[in-house]
Amino acid sequence: MNIYQEELLDHYENPCNYGTLPNPDISHEEDNPLCGDRIRMDLLVEDDIIKEVRFCGHGCTISLAAASMLTEKIEGKTLTEIKNLSRDDIMDMIGIPLGPVRVKCALLALKVLKAGAYGIKGWPGEEGE
Amino acid sequence: MTQKTMHTSDFRPLDVQAIRGDFPIFSDTPPLAFLDSAASTQTPRPVVEAMDAYYDTYRSNIHRGIYRISEEATEQHENARKKLAHLINAPRTSQIVFTRNTTESINLVAYSWGSINISQGDEIVLTDLEHHSNLVPWQMLAQRTGATLRYLEITDQGLLDFTQLQDLLSEKTKLVAITHVSNVLGTINPIQSVIDAAHAAGAKVLIDAAQSVPHFHVDVQQLDCDFLAFSGHKMCGPTGVGVLYGKLDLLEEMPPFLGGGSMIRSVERDISTYADVPAKFEAGTPSIAEAIGLGAAADYITQAGLASIHVHEQELIKYAHDRLQDIEGITIYGPAPHQKAGVISFNIDGIHPHDVAGILDTHNIAIRAGHHCAQPLMKKLDVIATARASFYLYNTLEDVDRLYEALQKAQALMIRRKQ
Repeated sequence: MNIYQEELLDHYENPCNYGTLPNPDISHEEDNPLCGDRIRMDLLVEDDIIKEVRFCGHGCTISLAAASMLTEKIEGKTLTEIKNLSRDDIMDMIGIPLGPVRVKCALLALKVLKAGAYGIKGWPGEEGE
Repeated sequence: MTQKTMHTSDFRPLDVQAIRGDFPIFSDTPPLAFLDSAASTQTPRPVVEAMDAYYDTYRSNIHRGIYRISEEATEQHENARKKLAHLINAPRTSQIVFTRNTTESINLVAYSWGSINISQGDEIVLTDLEHHSNLVPWQMLAQRTGATLRYLEITDQGLLDFTQLQDLLSEKTKLVAITHVSNVLGTINPIQSVIDAAHAAGAKVLIDAAQSVPHFHVDVQQLDCDFLAFSGHKMCGPTGVGVLYGKLDLLEEMPPFLGGGSMIRSVERDISTYADVPAKFEAGTPSIAEAIGLGAAADYITQAGLASIHVHEQELIKYAHDRLQDIEGITIYGPAPHQKAGVISFNIDGIHPHDVAGILDTHNIAIRAGHHCAQPLMKKLDVIATARASFYLYNTLEDVDRLYEALQKAQALMIRRKQ
């Protein structure tokens, strides 16, 4: 399947929740050293529940579309649920197979989220390695 | 490159179709358009066959066995060294040190030569064009010793700014480490002038020849460089083997890099004496099959003709510039085609280079996208990354046409709703 399919391109061209929050409870940004893509995630959290989320940054279609889709997925969820999100969850969300390099593009947003919320370093799926 | 460094006598046009027949990877229809040889080239059958012959008929360790196949392995391994010496016109075969790759060759010099020649207050001159492999080892050496790195900058055209060179060179300068050809911009640096100026200032010169030795004739005696490093996998050879050339007196005075078997003369409990050059720098069982394969690769590109390869790549790069500059919103980085090797780096407005490469991949076209292991240069160009197509002896004008057409399709796909 072609990775440049409609749904991803839609998210890339018209990303959901793009921008920043004025007083976020959690704000974190990181880059992907492989390609220089950079994503920032801002969260408003009440009683462990994510009330609002924004992301911004620059990157390729996969990294920005994945960030956009992830923000849709996590609004209203608890931080614990975010902690439990896995590499496979992101792959299911993207819905198309990706090679080992582009997988990192797809995982960057979740990596930023987990690092910001829990200080978890490393790529989702590789933390224990 | 100056005409002096090109052997015009061996020029004949490349028979590209015959060459492509030696590379099974191009046998599909439509064939793979492989435009990433600056990262790593494809492998022709004669190289694979040379390695197969070792594994199938005389596999054994070298410099040890007193039996027939070990003697043959030793002979073939050392014969490969002769071929590499011949390729770059090294005065003696012993000046060819086998390493893993260009990176290891440069690290060997930084550790070994650096440990006895660089100290606090010394200066090492690099350029804006260096690959991380000719930058980070010198940073590490500078951090160990208190030496300072200085940079020869590039002009807006992507050429080295020679007006700065004399100001950079002083009695403090101990080494100039410079790439022969930029892996990002393709710029062919006039290294003869740099070598002459550095020597006049009393400095040694290391040439990163990873992008030059595979593509045109490089003569270390004519250049008079002190060290020269290149990789096998960028010249039709296998991965895992590279070369360090050095002047004999420098190699002889340098301490070993890695310790272990093969690099010793005698070992006692507390002290050892070391083998002669090049064995002194080749600790442990080397990449035997790969060295033999690299010897076959040297034969292969020599038989094709390095002057012919260079002329062919010049034709491809000129054609690529002509075609690609018609694309709306394209920025092509670096100098004009006649000042560069077969490398074209570019960006297209509104499309991330990773997406350019990803879309081209769906058209069976392989290019590189990213920072090309040259982050300081990316910063200088004020870009995060670029897309890069690079050519070798097996590429065709059709490959360039396919690149152009696929870039137009990528643009149509990615910019359709933004307009």
